[in-house]
Amino acid sequence: MKFSLSWLKDHLRTDASLAEITDAMVRVGLEVEEVTDPAAALSPVTVGYVRSAEKHPDADKLQVCTVETRDGDQQIVCGAPNAREGIKVAYAPVGAYVPGIDTTLTKAKIRGVESFGMLCSAKELEVGEGHDGILELPETAEVGAPVAGILGADDPVIDFEVTPNRPDTNGVDGVACDLAAAGIGDLVTQAPEPVEGAFAQPVPVEIDDEEACPAFASRLIRGVRNGPSPQWLQARLRAIGLRPINALVDVTNFLSYDRARPLHAYDADKLTGTVRARLGAEGESFEALDGKTYEVDGTMCVIADDARVLGLGGVMGGEYSGCTEETTEVLIESALFDPLRTARTGRKTNITSDARYRFERGVDPASTLPGLELATRLILEACGGEPSEIALAGSVEKAPTVIAFPPSEVARLTGIEVAEDGMDRILTALGFGVERGETWSVTVPTSRPDVTIKADLVEEIARIVGLDQLPTATLPPLEAVPTRKVAPLIARQRAVRTALTGQGYLEAVTWAFTDEEAAKLFGGTDPGLKLSNPISSDLGVMRPTALPNLLLALARNRARGAEDVRLFEIGGAYESDAPDGQRSVAFGVAYGTAPRDWRGGQDTPDVFTAKRDVLLALEAAGAPTANLMTLTGGPDHYHPGRKGSLGLGPKKILARFGEIHPGVLKAMDVPGPVAAFEIFLDAIPSPKSKSRTKPALDASELMPLRRDFAFVLDDDVQAEALLKAIRGADKALIRDVRLFDLYSGEGVPEGQKSLAVEVVLQPKERTLTDKDIEGVSDRILTQAKKATGAVLRA
Amino acid sequence: MDDLSRLEDDITARIDAAADIRALEEVRVSALGKKGLVSERMKTLGRMTPEERKEAGPRLNSLKQRVGEKIGARKAVLETEALARQLEEEAVDVTLPVALPPRGRIHPVTRVFEEVEAIFAAMGFEVREGPDVEDDFHNFTALNFPEGHPAREMHDTFFFEPKDDGSRMLLRTHTSPVQVRTMLKEKPPIRIIAPGRTFRCDSDQTHTPMFHQVEGLVIDKNTNMGHLKGTLEAFLKAFFEVDEVKTRFRPHFFPFTEPSAEMDVGYARDGERIEIGTGGDWMEILGCGMVHPNVLTACGLDPEEYQGFAFGVGVDRLAMLKYGIPDLRDFFAADTRWIEHYGFKPGE
Repeated sequence: MKFSLSWLKDHLRTDASLAEITDAMVRVGLEVEEVTDPAAALSPVTVGYVRSAEKHPDADKLQVCTVETRDGDQQIVCGAPNAREGIKVAYAPVGAYVPGIDTTLTKAKIRGVESFGMLCSAKELEVGEGHDGILELPETAEVGAPVAGILGADDPVIDFEVTPNRPDTNGVDGVACDLAAAGIGDLVTQAPEPVEGAFAQPVPVEIDDEEACPAFASRLIRGVRNGPSPQWLQARLRAIGLRPINALVDVTNFLSYDRARPLHAYDADKLTGTVRARLGAEGESFEALDGKTYEVDGTMCVIADDARVLGLGGVMGGEYSGCTEETTEVLIESALFDPLRTARTGRKTNITSDARYRFERGVDPASTLPGLELATRLILEACGGEPSEIALAGSVEKAPTVIAFPPSEVARLTGIEVAEDGMDRILTALGFGVERGETWSVTVPTSRPDVTIKADLVEEIARIVGLDQLPTATLPPLEAVPTRKVAPLIARQRAVRTALTGQGYLEAVTWAFTDEEAAKLFGGTDPGLKLSNPISSDLGVMRPTALPNLLLALARNRARGAEDVRLFEIGGAYESDAPDGQRSVAFGVAYGTAPRDWRGGQDTPDVFTAKRDVLLALEAAGAPTANLMTLTGGPDHYHPGRKGSLGLGPKKILARFGEIHPGVLKAMDVPGPVAAFEIFLDAIPSPKSKSRTKPALDASELMPLRRDFAFVLDDDVQAEALLKAIRGADKALIRDVRLFDLYSGEGVPEGQKSLAVEVVLQPKERTLTDKDIEGVSDRILTQAKKATGAVLRA
Repeated sequence: MDDLSRLEDDITARIDAAADIRALEEVRVSALGKKGLVSERMKTLGRMTPEERKEAGPRLNSLKQRVGEKIGARKAVLETEALARQLEEEAVDVTLPVALPPRGRIHPVTRVFEEVEAIFAAMGFEVREGPDVEDDFHNFTALNFPEGHPAREMHDTFFFEPKDDGSRMLLRTHTSPVQVRTMLKEKPPIRIIAPGRTFRCDSDQTHTPMFHQVEGLVIDKNTNMGHLKGTLEAFLKAFFEVDEVKTRFRPHFFPFTEPSAEMDVGYARDGERIEIGTGGDWMEILGCGMVHPNVLTACGLDPEEYQGFAFGVGVDRLAMLKYGIPDLRDFFAADTRWIEHYGFKPGE
């Protein structure tokens, strides 16, 4: 919402400076976004006096002027027909920026004659439309004086944010009221004197739906001569960026900003029969003032006569019945429209207008009749004519809101101590009716529909007193709450983050959405998780996993030359739209080999890299890694022969890992191979024991012994089965089982493999005898054979 | 010179001539071994008369001892020499580079979340989380955004396709729904922060469709706006690691707080760098206010008994300000160069 300083002063008598005014606005909650001072833009342009003007030797339409200026006499070549000796002109020197032609002037040679600066037109200085020639300033203007003041273009414009709770500040009068309450001057807004009607309003106006349109006041003025509105009105509108159209339209626009009172002017000659506020009907349409045709429906409030839809009530009028320079009879509408319906209609039709903006936030019913009176006066001033009486359909009466207000509320909610007289003064200045007592009875002005409860009154008082009065208080220590603990899930996220960064992964944050087609490669998205208004089509669904996003990021990094990329992200995987449908997952991708090193030892990420990194992360997160099983299988986005899961059972999967399916990589145009994993942080069980005490250390004094076994077994037997069997052979004695070689080929029968295992035996009570060791070895061999068919390699 | 003296000279010469441990060992065997020259002489003692033995015995024993000592001394020299040679051979060029294991980095947003959580934990705040996919009740209605209210349009909301009953889920536009979820579940005193991802249908230089917020909520019987101010100032001092921070509260509008305010923080600009604290300029940093009675009521709390404050702060912005990160959009690009540069080592 914009207004100019002089406009404000129509409503506020004040000596405050511009800065004091804008500071006060910020203090009371009217957030100033921009202050533009046209005088600043025009500051290089000063008054000049044309001493002589002679025809250019080589150009018929050009004059070579000698101009007396602030900078001494200057020679300036000018093409304006009115450039002549003896006039005062607007002189822009070399180096000045001329806004209307968006040019910074330089010394020029025009057809061989040097020119130092420019004599400007109104349009070139953006102070008017006139382009018939250069500006001619009053003879009294002093050479060297800034032209801004002389042109009346020294009126600063303030732009501020109107929050949805303050419809009253959509009018300059509302801003003035706040400022007066804040001590910046006196409110001098004039209530209009009613205009007496010369005849009954002849156009029948009826309301069919009083919920949609509670009131419709109207007045006919006949014999108007519509044309350009007075200069002061044009200047007001132009200052805030509105284009003056004609007096009838300009008056309605002006009051929309001056009093937050939208109005509409109909050309009464174009009306047929009764003007009616009713709901639209399917199949109806109208051409609006913006030149577009809109379909209306039964949810919208239309204004229609017997022949056609004239406009959408409170949103936009129609082209057909709009006022033009030919209009001689005008019907002025000052109505009320339901905010919700207006908002819905606005959204549906996608029309933005000053009227919609105001009606959907709430227009003061009490402005209905005064707004019409003001409009009448302004029209009579500008266009003449004879007004009818006012006809009112519906009612503008509204029972005022009365709030029971204990004045102690201000201190209770804000901690600011305000004297009761001060509160009374503030509320009264803001237009509230105050009846003091132990509990005050406060009547809310109808211009403030946002104020409904006592907390709202606290805000009114606090914002005028100023929030700089807030005390600084420290929260008291909590007595009732036990020690603060980090939530288990957050603790796990942190632990996994540390583990993965320790393995060289970089943490990424990617969109929670992904491409629907890409999501299909990863199991697809729940139908409930398709966005109806995505930011772009490739971010149309919630991601079932972050892997597609990380793979695309990997490809981007590869494309810019990264040779090895390890990325992880901790975030949501979206399974459904239920509150528990969002899983907390650590996702990772690894691609490429680390830079070559003279000592060797870089590995290319594969399924086992992924498995190792998952295990490290799970261990860091406190998962019971000793009890974990490696399960084969997994979702289709992994390589069918190189994928697996880690879990506490087939139904308790904690993580999936593998190499990404080459087909998926190809479909997404991602280089490979890529090792990847998904760790389900919300599936990791919390430790059963709450105790932080660690069990006693069981460190034997006796030396551990190591024995190697090389087994031969069928290819399709899983290593984990063999290791499990060996571990189970003597749980007391066997401390560790390590697989240190995998071999197939010469010396091992076709279809079989050799697995070499080191078993660590830890004696507990006494040194083991040869017989003891033999016994364990026999049990190992027996168990291995029984479980897997493995035999010792010959 | 007698026989024994010659023998000793001879052996001594051979000890001195032994070039390495093995040669010395040969000398030792030939002198002191079972059949060695000295040992053979010792054997002759048995055949001697007591007088002869009395004279020859000590001489032979002392010879044996001296030879043993000489061998020991020579051995020590040889071993020292051998070690010196070995060490020389083992010398390497220590200027050869060693490759460090790859080190990952933590994203700045995560880092800021952790810092914020730690600062508020010290003031007694616990962390609560809520889902990104929300319903209208938690994101709007319970937060006093009436149906059709223009305030809803201030949030460019992402909606999901309507369900059969016409209702539509949405992506939370702020972390405030966690306020509602917490108040519905827990009894005051409540003192929580809610970090998380938030979403608005907006994308340009300074807006991304996904961003991060931390919500704060305090509910008990006596908390007022002064506590809000004190808490936020303490937070800003701790977060920006400054002794003084200048703040300005401006009245504002949020449907879920009343009174509502925006907080500005003082800053100074030093070239490209922004110093938060006491400079002469103001920067808007967060929105806050006293929890609206309608919100308390919607969450089953009596606004006559309970009161408190709430605030919401943009985490990406905090990261940009504290760590001098220029462009918001880079946060979500997963460019490894950016993460390595702006990210943090674990434990850093």
